[in-house]
Amino acid sequence: MGDFDLSFFIEVLVGGLLSGVMYALVAIGFVLIYKTSGVLNFAQGPLLLFAALTYVSLIERGIAAPLALVLVFAAMALIGIAIERTVLTPLANRPPITLFMATLGLAYVVEGSAQLLWGGQVHALDLGVSDTPFDVYGVFVSRFDLFAAGVAGLMVAALIAFFQFTRVGLSFRAAAADPYAAGAIGLRLHAILATAWIAAGFVALVAGLLWGARLGVQFSLSLVVLKALPVLVLGGFDSILGAIVGGLIVGASEKLAEVYIGPFFGGGIEIWFAYVVALVFLLVRPAGLFGRVQVERV
Amino acid sequence: MTPTSPRPLLEVQKLSVVYNGAVVALTHVDLDVRPREIVALLGANGAGKTTVLRSVSNLLQAVRGQARADRARFDGADFLHLGPGDLVRRGLVPVLEGRRVFGPLTVEENLISGAIGAAKSRAQTARNLERVYTLFPKLVERRRSPAGLTSGGEQQMLAIGRALMAEPRLLTLDEPSMGLAPLVIQDIFRTLKRLNQDEGLAILVAEQNSAVALAYAHRAVVLENGVSAHEEDATTLRARDGMKDFYLGRTSHAA
Repeated sequence: MGDFDLSFFIEVLVGGLLSGVMYALVAIGFVLIYKTSGVLNFAQGPLLLFAALTYVSLIERGIAAPLALVLVFAAMALIGIAIERTVLTPLANRPPITLFMATLGLAYVVEGSAQLLWGGQVHALDLGVSDTPFDVYGVFVSRFDLFAAGVAGLMVAALIAFFQFTRVGLSFRAAAADPYAAGAIGLRLHAILATAWIAAGFVALVAGLLWGARLGVQFSLSLVVLKALPVLVLGGFDSILGAIVGGLIVGASEKLAEVYIGPFFGGGIEIWFAYVVALVFLLVRPAGLFGRVQVERV
Repeated sequence: MTPTSPRPLLEVQKLSVVYNGAVVALTHVDLDVRPREIVALLGANGAGKTTVLRSVSNLLQAVRGQARADRARFDGADFLHLGPGDLVRRGLVPVLEGRRVFGPLTVEENLISGAIGAAKSRAQTARNLERVYTLFPKLVERRRSPAGLTSGGEQQMLAIGRALMAEPRLLTLDEPSMGLAPLVIQDIFRTLKRLNQDEGLAILVAEQNSAVALAYAHRAVVLENGVSAHEEDATTLRARDGMKDFYLGRTSHAA
């Protein structure tokens, strides 16, 4: 690598960061549930698939895009409330592993009902944004990636405003910090949990549409959550900011690694490089960059 | 000295509590708190003070406890059949053991959370905030700091302030003196006494530090192995030093 090409490096870096935003999108859905319920929600991927599939199917049946968006969001909110009522409330105060298993079951139920409702074929999803690259001072940037990053940025800003400046958001943060104390002073834990699930459904919708447009809406779409895991390990399971930074690191590092280290391994390291980074991180800082360090009594 | 009233605010008769369906924490506790009264709940470590306060606020479910009682009334309503939030909104507000402030939230957000829990309007919240800052001026300086970074004394004031945001008629406190310097303890109990005298706030306070609790309470109930073994005027109990050692296990002279 005698002649280091700076503009090429920047191009790879920007491409990586933008795809990292897409990972962060998925990871934020996990963070919302983890913060309030203390459980890694295995159903986040299927929820994302469900949202994308419902949207595509509505569009294919001739419903206008804005109306379809509203309908899907309403459906996701209802599903969120239903999950809180029927799965989480009866299992309150159970050990985390019980809750985790419950979300695992939930994942199959959500995925199965998506298939039952809309069938199993692959759908193309066109959001009306082309994937053609354009030139910014000699660096090629994907139009779609930029659009996705913009949407993700707006969504994060909306979430942060909601959590910082509303009473429900404040209750949510209180319950995340100490659910027992929050219940004792009268905060409505059920409503807070339902809010978290609705917010996670909203995130699943946004992520589902962007990922669906990229990969096509099909059942393997629920597997994009696998990319969220290293992001969560890096950023911490309970930090939205961590999810964003973690996503950016994963996106950038895997693209850079592919281009600059990949040739030494015969290429194709992009697929697993994020997991290696996550593993190293687990050894050094298990709580993640922004995660709360847990002290557990045994 | 002891204010009397026809109907107690809190009535507990023959309260018993079992944890996990097997561990008996309380066998027979009788307890009354009348309006405008400060009652101290005394007893050694493990006597069941925390369990009594948890029962009264109906917080046992979260720790897998089961309560039964012949009579369990707060202001006429059965407290064992009301949710913790309903009790808060009716005016029975707990200050938990170990303060339990929301560490990542700022001091002011912690206070506001107390008003949200009691379903207070924005106008009421602003008014109560003003009042709490007047009672605990130290909190004003720290209002923008994360609660987790404040001192133990400040956190205890914050926990009490958060409860006051709900405009309680009966405040229950679990070991408010725990881990605090004697001067801070004095400060906190003096503020509680003032609230009691000026506004008629009824207080039920569990304490291992019997000396300080008896100095401010009207009456005391002594718990021993899950039974309310003894009930007396605070002045009388204070005068009998030998009894104190016997029942309370430990004598403290923080006051």
